[in-house]
Amino acid sequence: MKLLVCISKAPDTTSKIDFTDNNTKFNEAGVQFIVNPYDEWYALVRAIELKEQNGGSVTTITVGTQADEPVIRKALAIGADNAVRVDAEANDAYSTAFQIAEYAKSNGFDIVFTGKETINYNGSQVGGMIAEILDQPFVSLATKLDMNGNTATLHQEIVGGDEVVEVNTPFVVSAAKGMAEQRIPNMRGIMAARTKPLEVIPAADCQPLVSFESYELPPAKSECKYLDADNVAELVNLLHNEAKVI
Amino acid sequence: MSVLVYIDTLNGKIAKNALEAVQYGSKIGDTTVVTNGNISDSALQVLGGVGAKKVLVNKNLKSNDASQVAKLVKAAAEATGADTIVFSSDLTGKAVAPRVSASLKAGLVSGAIGLPEGDGSVKVNVFSGKAFGKVTVNTDKKVIALTPNAVGVVEGEGTAPVEAFDAEVGQSSITVKEVKRQEGDVLLPEAELVVSAGRGLKGPENWGMVEDLAKALGAATACSRPVADIGWRPHHEHVGQTGVAIRPNLYIAAGISGAIQHLAGVNGSKVIVVINTDPEAPFFKAADYGIVGDAFDVLPKLTAEIEKLKAQN
Repeated sequence: MKLLVCISKAPDTTSKIDFTDNNTKFNEAGVQFIVNPYDEWYALVRAIELKEQNGGSVTTITVGTQADEPVIRKALAIGADNAVRVDAEANDAYSTAFQIAEYAKSNGFDIVFTGKETINYNGSQVGGMIAEILDQPFVSLATKLDMNGNTATLHQEIVGGDEVVEVNTPFVVSAAKGMAEQRIPNMRGIMAARTKPLEVIPAADCQPLVSFESYELPPAKSECKYLDADNVAELVNLLHNEAKVI
Repeated sequence: MSVLVYIDTLNGKIAKNALEAVQYGSKIGDTTVVTNGNISDSALQVLGGVGAKKVLVNKNLKSNDASQVAKLVKAAAEATGADTIVFSSDLTGKAVAPRVSASLKAGLVSGAIGLPEGDGSVKVNVFSGKAFGKVTVNTDKKVIALTPNAVGVVEGEGTAPVEAFDAEVGQSSITVKEVKRQEGDVLLPEAELVVSAGRGLKGPENWGMVEDLAKALGAATACSRPVADIGWRPHHEHVGQTGVAIRPNLYIAAGISGAIQHLAGVNGSKVIVVINTDPEAPFFKAADYGIVGDAFDVLPKLTAEIEKLKAQN
């Protein structure tokens, strides 16, 4: 099975979020970048497990600049066989999906994996867009994926519950919590990742459909109002009369 | 402006986030709603009251297959000449909106939390709720996916005719083997009130007091990641960065320290109440009201006080 896993870089979950250039750019100073957790913990690890069970290969693809390469090496250290970097800034979800779909079209994968969303843009867009461009089925927010020959059985979150679905390859899936357990790369993996192939390919021509104009931080939270554990009645009074939420 | 709003009514009900999306659309322009599945015409009557001018329903398509629903939405957009297509950013919206956007090459704004402003930009949640972004769409047609519980709903008097809508949606390549829907309980993603607890509760056998409080309030229950990971509570209750992100009006957290990853899933809540024995718990910094105390002591008292309040009203 040929598996393609989309990898995005994201600021570490504990990063301080602020902006520069008149609030038009994320301030990367001092920020540690990681593999977007949904891409890593769920999508990539499940793809590697499937390869271990059924044979085949796991390729990662990232739309990004040279600055993304440490994150790509991390994905290789976890166990991907080779990586592709489309040499372009990831401007918006559509142009990112377009680049990935272009590569997938000419290389024929059985499954394209994405994480459910990135933790910086939270868009949940790229997977569905790749599926549309490739004209393939899209299983979104899958929490379980098992293969039997060319048929996949997936558990998928739906409005108000979940469902079990079957789909034949090729298809696109977005991975949510539950699909796999995080893997910490070992020293052998980290050493091997240094020499695994990382191919840089030029970007195809595509204009972004949307632009981020500016960013702002939420207004500072007002001070917490402390109440005594013996005065729960006052809390209920405040929730009812002051906050008016009950 | 002509607006088309897609809502998922497959379970035969119209969820609050669907009403929000319809009202949101009606504030942008003349709004037609499109939906599919086993929804009765009488249930759809409510949509006129939140601003819809017309409702198109395809009862033959009883699937949430993103490919088929996208084809239905595109056909409806063509039939109505819509220049803006609105989804609720619920589980179906997240699957379908990107397909519609890519197919029409219409820019998709996802995670919208406000109406388009004068310059056409839309405010969205980014960095898992730790910041907002302003997004502009570079194409004539737009797709907007609205964050649930970001805008209020006011029900009015309007009515909207319901019409059957036929569309060529093709065959699904996805076979549904089993559907499990939660019944009865308040669903977490659309709950206005949420009671949540973490490791401070010491074991799954102590969740009765969390459920009692939730029941008294009419709230949904939720939990922190460690609690879901060790199997005390089901995964669908896990709120946080890697679980469900929620924006209820009231979030009560008992025995949860408030790691930054947990906050990322709840920082859109309007009011946060934190109950923790540790006065240094980071969650207090994000709280509106705090009680330094033992959940085992405070939760039952809180339930009794809520019941008292409900009895008075």
